[in-house]
Formats: sequence, structure tokens, C-alpha cells
Amino acid sequence: MSASTAETSTVGTAGPGTAKASRPRRRGLRPDGPWPWIFVLPTVLGVAVFYLWPILKTFYLSFTTVGVFGGSTFTGLANYLTMFSDPQIPQSILNTAIYTVIVMLGIPIAVGLASLIERPGMRFRGLYRTLYFIPYVTMPAAVGIVWRLIFNGDFGPINWFLSLFGIAGPYWLATPGFALVAVSIVGLWMSLGFNLIIISAGLREIPADLYEAAQVDGASRFRQFRSITVPLLTPSIFFVSIITVVNGFQLFDLLYVMLGKSNLAMPQTQSLVYIFYNEAFLQNNQGYASAIGILILVIIAALTAVQFRLQRKWVNYV
Amino acid sequence: MSENVSTAAVLGQNAAELQREARRPRRHRTQSNAGAHTVLLIGGLIMVSPLIYQVIMSLSTNQQVESAPPTIWPGVLQWHNYLDVFAQMPFGQELWITAAITAVRLVGQLLLCSIAGYAFARMRFTARGVILGVILSIIMVPAQIYLIPQYQIIQGLGWLNTVIGIAAPGVFSAFGTFLMRQFFLGLPQELEDAARIDGASSFMIFWRIMLPLASNGLWALGIITVLWSWNDLMWPLVVTSSAGSAPLSVGLANLQGVHGNNYPVLMAASLMAMLPILILFIVLQKRVVAGIGRSGLK
Repeated sequence: MSASTAETSTVGTAGPGTAKASRPRRRGLRPDGPWPWIFVLPTVLGVAVFYLWPILKTFYLSFTTVGVFGGSTFTGLANYLTMFSDPQIPQSILNTAIYTVIVMLGIPIAVGLASLIERPGMRFRGLYRTLYFIPYVTMPAAVGIVWRLIFNGDFGPINWFLSLFGIAGPYWLATPGFALVAVSIVGLWMSLGFNLIIISAGLREIPADLYEAAQVDGASRFRQFRSITVPLLTPSIFFVSIITVVNGFQLFDLLYVMLGKSNLAMPQTQSLVYIFYNEAFLQNNQGYASAIGILILVIIAALTAVQFRLQRKWVNYV
Repeated sequence: MSENVSTAAVLGQNAAELQREARRPRRHRTQSNAGAHTVLLIGGLIMVSPLIYQVIMSLSTNQQVESAPPTIWPGVLQWHNYLDVFAQMPFGQELWITAAITAVRLVGQLLLCSIAGYAFARMRFTARGVILGVILSIIMVPAQIYLIPQYQIIQGLGWLNTVIGIAAPGVFSAFGTFLMRQFFLGLPQELEDAARIDGASSFMIFWRIMLPLASNGLWALGIITVLWSWNDLMWPLVVTSSAGSAPLSVGLANLQGVHGNNYPVLMAASLMAMLPILILFIVLQKRVVAGIGRSGLK
């Protein structure tokens, strides 16, 4: 959508000029009457009740503490002060960062695979795209169960495979460190197909005559890849990395399903969103959880802003 | 929400891709692609191998699953594992709930997002820009910012553990509204003006002319809604507490260790839960492509 949204939204911003020109004409025509309000009212009400009001209330809740017998009292910045001294928080930010970095390894893999799929004269493109995209549509709760078995320490196929090389595999999902790596591998597996589709589309944007010119100049295939493909692909890579970071900070489903609530490795593996869920709905600390929610918002906003700043340094727009 | 955005990206790009594929001149094959095919095929098999493994394990006995060198082929296929799913967990009930919340959200979003999206794209009314700006800002926000008060609202309405309670907030979508607005903005204004001159009312213009033209947008929105709603875990986890009222995602996530570890039945349940979406994806991929080809719109 990135590309096409950008296109349509430029149509949108170009709109006012043309709309202004045609306004007198439209005035002469039959006006819309009550229809605009009938059309937007359900959405406006629904969004106000279920999204806008809750957002404002979360800000309020983050300054309150839920009492033992229910009911909340205003406690000012207490939740935020607790958050800054809570060792779970930096640990979970680090976990999320590690998860995101491992999932990001999928981007260069996707660039490599996409450039193979998009080679001239390549057949079975649809088949390959489907094969790689299937994990993206699987239900995390369902496929997490399968991966739990695959990473099983006693009879999982991964440890069997490692044993062929004389390596004694760990109890992946019960060992801090390994548990995070296992979850990250599944995250990479699920997102690879999406990255591949976006990057494939980016590859098809590159004009073929650039390669022909390079060939005439005697550039090797590798040189063409490095000097034409990669630079012209940077907008797609940028888009995919934004999505990877935003989704990385939403890590929850796979953690919940692959490790489970009572897993002893959870404290060393959990994400910010998992702590949010735990505090809000298992520990009943809704005030503290709200403060964590706001921290998640701030982190995602900050990272996105930094990425947009950095893009000037490495993203080429033609 | 971000997953919605990314899926939309894929669907949107499918559209552009098709036209380009048609335009692209067939280049002569200058070198053999055998190496590329080998790499892609091995990679593709690695990608689907967890699902193949799942199918084989779902047809094995528990002893075979738990044997130290993995059983490559179970010999006698244990089809009864699939029937045992229904005996060991309320699978039928959970499937019904998942289908019901998906259907409610699908119908709700297709209707509400298309009318609101159309109004934001083509109608004039007070504070249009401001309202649209507020809706846009909600798209950017992570779900944790509204989850707790949403839960309190559903609790206050007495809707915990009900289909309507699970479906409710997801019937409204800031993202879907914006997506449909973008589609309507891309449709030609002239058609609308012509119908207006012919005396059609605003509603008739929307219903008879613009909505049919936006079918690609509706397909994209529908696919995104179904995918997200079917697979959604955290929200239903929060608003359901009894076993018989939860959808499949929650039922499966909370299944671990409850019935000992009957792996083959677990694998069968997990596969059956994913299957409708996998089938839908493979079928609809063609539908989306066909829809885009038919209207020929950008």
C-alpha cells in the first residue's frame, strides 16, 4: 500500500485545487443533504466510544492506582516512577530489540530471494510467492503450538538435526536466551513472505534499461546487484524495516503460545506488551499497565521518527 | 493495526504488479535459471516444512511423536486424531465463535467503512478535515493505548464472554475507513457529476455507482478484516474467561498441558483452526487479482 497510498494521497492533496474550481458548479447541483452525517455517524460514534475515549482514559489511568478492593485513586507520577525503577522494563526492551534484530535478518534474505524470483525469464513465480507467503497468514496461536513441538528438547526435530552433528541441543523454550532466539526464528519465518512480496514489487519498479546499460559497460552481475539493485531498492527496504520495528514491539502472541504463562524462562524472555498484558489482566494493576502502554507508544513513535530521520542518509528516491 | 497496514500493502501491490506484469516485455532468457530454481525450491520447502511436519504428526500416535529419532512416516495413519479433537476440547463451539466474530466484523466493517470512507472522500460537511485527522491519528497508535478502557466498557455493558463483546470494538475501524477513503478518492469524479445532473440522489450515487466501482477496495478490506479477526489473540483472551465462550485462538493458546500432552490431537486441532484461512487465502488471491483486472483501475 505504501506506494499506492502515496499515489492516491497525492491525488487527495491535489484535490482541493480542482474541487475549488468546480465548487460553484457543485453548489448548483443538488446538495448532499443529511447524507454525509448519516454516512459518517456510525463510524464517528464507534470510534469515539471504542477508541478515542479509551485513549484519553488510558492517559488518565496511568496516573492512578487500583486499590485492593477495586476503585482507583489518583497517585500522580507514581506509576511512571515505578516503571523507571522496575528491572523488568529494561530487560523487556532489550528482549524486544534482540527479537527485532533477528527478525530483521529476514530483510536481506528477502532481498536475495526476491531478486532470484524476479530474474528475467523466471517461471513459477506465483508458486514461489505463495510458498513463502503462507506462514504470514497462519494463526500465531495455532502455529505456535507446532513450533513448540519442533523446538522440543527431547524429541523435537531441531535437536535431532543438531544431534547429527554431535551437538546436544538445549531445552529451547525453557532456557533463558535460547527461548528468545526460538521465538525470534518463528517471527522471522512468519514475516519473511511479507518482506518478500514488498521487495519483489520494488524490484519490478527498477527500469530494465539500467541493467542493459550496465551490461554494455561490462559490469558483472554482482556489480549490477550492488550498484543498481540495492540502491534503487532502498525505499522498499525502508518501508519493510519500519513495519518490522513496529511489529517487533507488538510481540505477544508467539511468546504467549510458545512459552506459556507459567514458563520459568518468561521473565528473561518477555516483551513490553507481555508485561502490559500481565500487569493489566493477570495482576490487576491497570494503572501501571496504562503507564507501560504509554511507554510503548513513546518508544514506537521515537523509533519511527529516528528511522525517518536516518532515511535521508541511505534511502534513494529517484 | 500495523499488521492490517502491512497486509493492505501486499494487496495494493498485487494490483500494480498485475498491470506491470502484463506490460513487461518478455525478455530473452540469457542464462539458465536452474540454480535460482534450486535455491527457491529448497527455501520454499523449508518455509512450509513446519506445516508438513504438523500434518504428519497429526496422523501419528503419541508414542511416534515422542520417539527420539523423529518418525518420518507413521505407517498406519491415525485419522481418528481429528475426531478426538472434538472430544478433548470444545472445538466445534470455538470454531462457531471464531466464525461468528469474524462475520460480524466483516459485515460491520464493509458497511461502515465504505459509507464513511465515501463521505470523507466525496461529500462536504462541517469539520470533515478535523474528524478525518482524529481518525487517522488512531491508526498510528498501538493497541495497548486503548485496550484497558475497551475492556472496562465491554465489562460495563455486561458483554464479557459474549460474541458481541469480542466482536464489538473491531466492527469499527479507523484503518478501514481510511483505506476505503483512499479507494473512493481514486475513482473518477465525472461519473458522479453525470449522475447528479441526471437527478440521482447522493445515496443512489453512492449505492448504484460508486460502491460497485470500489469492489477492489471492499475485497482488500474484507480480506484484511477476516485475516486479522480470525487470528486475533489478545483481545479475545482479555474479554473471555470461560472455556465455552472463547474463540479458537484463545482455546488453542490455553490448551497446553491441560490434557497431558496428546501431541497428535494438538497438531490436528491447530491444523483445523488454520485451514479455513489457508484455503481462503489461496482462493481469494485469485479473486483479488481478478477483481483488479476487471475494473482496470489503478
